[in-house]
Amino acid sequence: MTRLDPALARTPLFDLHLELGARMVGFGGYALPVQYAGGIKHEHLATRTGAGLFDVSHMGQIVVNGPPAALEALVTSDIAGLGPGRLRYSVLTSDSGGILDDLMVLRLPEGLHVVVNAAYKTADFAHLQRGLATSCEVRMHHDRALLALQGPAAAQVLEPLCPGAAALMFMQGARLAIGGCDCIVTRSGYTGEDGYEISVPADAAIAVARRLLASGAVTPVGLGARDSLRLEAGLCLSGADIGPDITPVEAALEFVIARKYLGSGALPAPFPGAARILHERAHGARRRRVGLIVHGRVPVRAGASVQAADGRVVGTVTSGGFGPTLARPLALAMVARECAVPGTVLTVTVREQAHAVEVVTLPFVPHRYHQP
Amino acid sequence: MSTVKYTRDHEWLQRAADDTVTLGITDYAQEQLGDIVYVELPAVGSHIDASANLVVIESVKAVGEVKLSATGTVVAVNERLADVPELVNSAAESDGWLVRVKLDQLSALDDLLDAAAYQAFLATL
Repeated sequence: MTRLDPALARTPLFDLHLELGARMVGFGGYALPVQYAGGIKHEHLATRTGAGLFDVSHMGQIVVNGPPAALEALVTSDIAGLGPGRLRYSVLTSDSGGILDDLMVLRLPEGLHVVVNAAYKTADFAHLQRGLATSCEVRMHHDRALLALQGPAAAQVLEPLCPGAAALMFMQGARLAIGGCDCIVTRSGYTGEDGYEISVPADAAIAVARRLLASGAVTPVGLGARDSLRLEAGLCLSGADIGPDITPVEAALEFVIARKYLGSGALPAPFPGAARILHERAHGARRRRVGLIVHGRVPVRAGASVQAADGRVVGTVTSGGFGPTLARPLALAMVARECAVPGTVLTVTVREQAHAVEVVTLPFVPHRYHQP
Repeated sequence: MSTVKYTRDHEWLQRAADDTVTLGITDYAQEQLGDIVYVELPAVGSHIDASANLVVIESVKAVGEVKLSATGTVVAVNERLADVPELVNSAAESDGWLVRVKLDQLSALDDLLDAAAYQAFLATL
């Protein structure tokens, strides 16, 4: 509807998006496709049934060279124990135990390859540089694109172009060649489906994307369906469902806390905010991230207030929208712990009207990762 | 005789022989909104002023608000949209109509765009 702001940064795939008929929007300072001609529902369902190709080049790709254990000063996870070729989801925490950002950490033979969210990449990079100054070289890639190929057909599409891709399991990664280009391929994603994220040299990005699209089984997918897919998968959006005022336990992300910091014989935890986070891990937090399904058809959106049966405000919707796979509105919300039990019926206020919602177990749509 | 008028907010208004006016959003507007999943319609009999939301249309991604550019009373709503909101995508300017109103002042239509002027307006966007 409005013309694209020329001040927005362009990803290496910009020209291809225009050629494919994308509707471009500003997001995290970048011009990115919100959808292509087929629309969000179509792109969403094409990803669940075949394969979708996403441009996520706006995300930050950071190299951390040094002892892997050094990163444990900043994140909750076991990085020392991350074997070569293994990928881990983790969070950067603040001194008060909040989540500065979530990130993916891949152990490569030569060091760590870290992927962070676009909106926080400058802050994350500075935080990593500060925290790791004495132990590691920390460098942001400015010359790589990031593609995500997601969906049940992803492996059969990628393997012929990228031998070795099909042999990766969920949360594994490797340097693999695509058409002679040095790529970093991980079996991971943000949709709940099997799939890959592929870091490609910027100057080869369009060629790699074209080869994937040429398979015929791949639909280009914009930010709109990226959001509806991750919502159905119950995955957090940094800055909405998680943030500096939300701890990993409140976010229901206990799995990011390394086991070595728990139980009898626990090692001292060096990450910021560890005391609060480990206390909450043991005793529970006063609020918790939950999934909500709406009983009617009205979509509930971020910011909407959540009430208990007696009308008391017990929380807030942190992200919400329509889930095309389930063909119904879905939301994530932060609610008081006593309201976080699946089956609890609450109400959400939309335009001054209360609508019944129900707490459900996440994910809304089962994950279908490639794991043993 | 029935004539269709348009607003710069991408609504169409069609005056019928009984002087009621049927209102919907244009094909351009539905295209911009994308896949429509919910339409919130006013109660029949309610009196709407020009500043209030007449209809709220939600797509997968966005929330669109439709205002009446005049005051009037709602005489009918498109009940089918409760179950088939995507009708606004597939037939925005026909079966996907939103509401029928009785305007307090029919002359409110006079200031609106005719089809040619609306097309010319679209060309500037």
